[in-house]
Amino acid sequence: MNSDGENVRRIHTTLSFALAGLTLAALSLAARTAVPASAPQAAQKPCGTVTVAAAADLTYAINEIAANFEKATGCSVRASTGSSGNFLSQIENGAPFDVFFSADIEYPRKLEAEGLAVPGSTYLYAVGKIVLWVRNDSRLDIHKGFAALRDTSVQKVAIANPQHAPYGRAAEEALRRAGVYDAVKDRFVLGENISQAAQFVESGNADAGILALSLVLSPGLKEEGRYWKIPEDLYTPIQQGAVVVRASQNPQGARAFLEYMKTPATAALLEGYGFALPGKGKP
Amino acid sequence: MNWQAIALSLKLAASVAGILLLVGMPIAYWVTFSRWRWKFLIEAVVALPLVLPPTVLGYYVLVGLGPRTFPGRLWQSWFGHTLPFTFGGLLIASVLYSLPFAVQPFSAGFETVDRGLIEASWTLGASRLGTFFRVILPLSAAGAITGTVLSFAHTIGEFGVVLMVGGNIPGVTRTVSIDIYDQVQAANYGAANRTAVLLLLFSFLVLSVIYGANRRALSLWRKR
Repeated sequence: MNSDGENVRRIHTTLSFALAGLTLAALSLAARTAVPASAPQAAQKPCGTVTVAAAADLTYAINEIAANFEKATGCSVRASTGSSGNFLSQIENGAPFDVFFSADIEYPRKLEAEGLAVPGSTYLYAVGKIVLWVRNDSRLDIHKGFAALRDTSVQKVAIANPQHAPYGRAAEEALRRAGVYDAVKDRFVLGENISQAAQFVESGNADAGILALSLVLSPGLKEEGRYWKIPEDLYTPIQQGAVVVRASQNPQGARAFLEYMKTPATAALLEGYGFALPGKGKP
Repeated sequence: MNWQAIALSLKLAASVAGILLLVGMPIAYWVTFSRWRWKFLIEAVVALPLVLPPTVLGYYVLVGLGPRTFPGRLWQSWFGHTLPFTFGGLLIASVLYSLPFAVQPFSAGFETVDRGLIEASWTLGASRLGTFFRVILPLSAAGAITGTVLSFAHTIGEFGVVLMVGGNIPGVTRTVSIDIYDQVQAANYGAANRTAVLLLLFSFLVLSVIYGANRRALSLWRKR
């Protein structure tokens, strides 16, 4: 008759099961990671581990760059990719990153101004471009450009969230300048970052997307669809900046990684992903 | 303060709680009183959302029910659009995701009802449905209230699934939890803070009122 007590007891059993499960999981994880951490090979690495936060448009490129860097220097890299805005908030609140590759150079500048990044370390590493992208099975003629979006078969158009994603802002600006913004705005779906916007189109749930050229050229999407380059006079260049985080536990490694970004090999790799490089003629 | 997002979350949560009251009751009834030997399999299915990360459900809704699969195309031909990016899609995902939060308290409530009373009601000629509404439900009201409130509250607090399948459309899929996330990403800590405090107070208030009322209802009934 005491349903209160009964409920409480049930919740207790559920909780203790959950706790037991968590403890087991944590223990097995600890057991697995403990071995390599104590291995002597750590001494061979002159600069230890560099922890990198990279904008979502670098999702594929950063792994290649990191692998090359590891080979060249013997350092190891731990890269996280995601929304630049999210990383900014996290670094402002003490996230343990060494280097931050933002899709918007304003974020590193802001960190510098707040005293959270190494003064003078902000570096323009690339300029991003946006494209209109559809899947191969789409019947849209995207060579008509934005006019293709007026087609009534286009129910959803994926862009990154303009509130905090630089690629989303560029997409919105380009649509406005091309005079199609009002025709499209009610069909927007917003990705949390440009990678998610790409995923919305790639999975077929959105009919078209305004995406980063770097993602469209990546192995995951290259064969999946076709793109139309959005004229660069329609949007403010997406200047991407990197910076060394002030609280970095490994400033030496961070600097080394940032320097490695400037090498010709890395520059060529970035160009292969469709980025324009600063100081290399007209971006 | 984004009142549109707050209103949307309330609408979603109320719809989920309502649907789960209707759908969860029969499931809970069956789970409690059935003697089928494989019943535990159904119980495990109902409890799955307690264990699975929201990303699993999000993945299945987005890709498994996307236009590239057969069930997804079937859905599309019936409704003219796919599940993601719609209020209906969020509703279905949320109902699945909150199922155990309704069914388990409902079932726990039913279990507290004296079987003798149920059988007496049957032998006195009351139908199964009549017995349910006039004997079982009144005696397990606490479980019904708890389940409904928990599913409401759990939906308000839902984030991962909505982030994955919502598409952040104002007034359609931008719920209050997504709004807070956006504000934090855009470094609008002031706005994030105002909404977060409101949500914190609201959740505390709702839960206190319900637990308080639950206790009073129980003690009133015991005195009788």
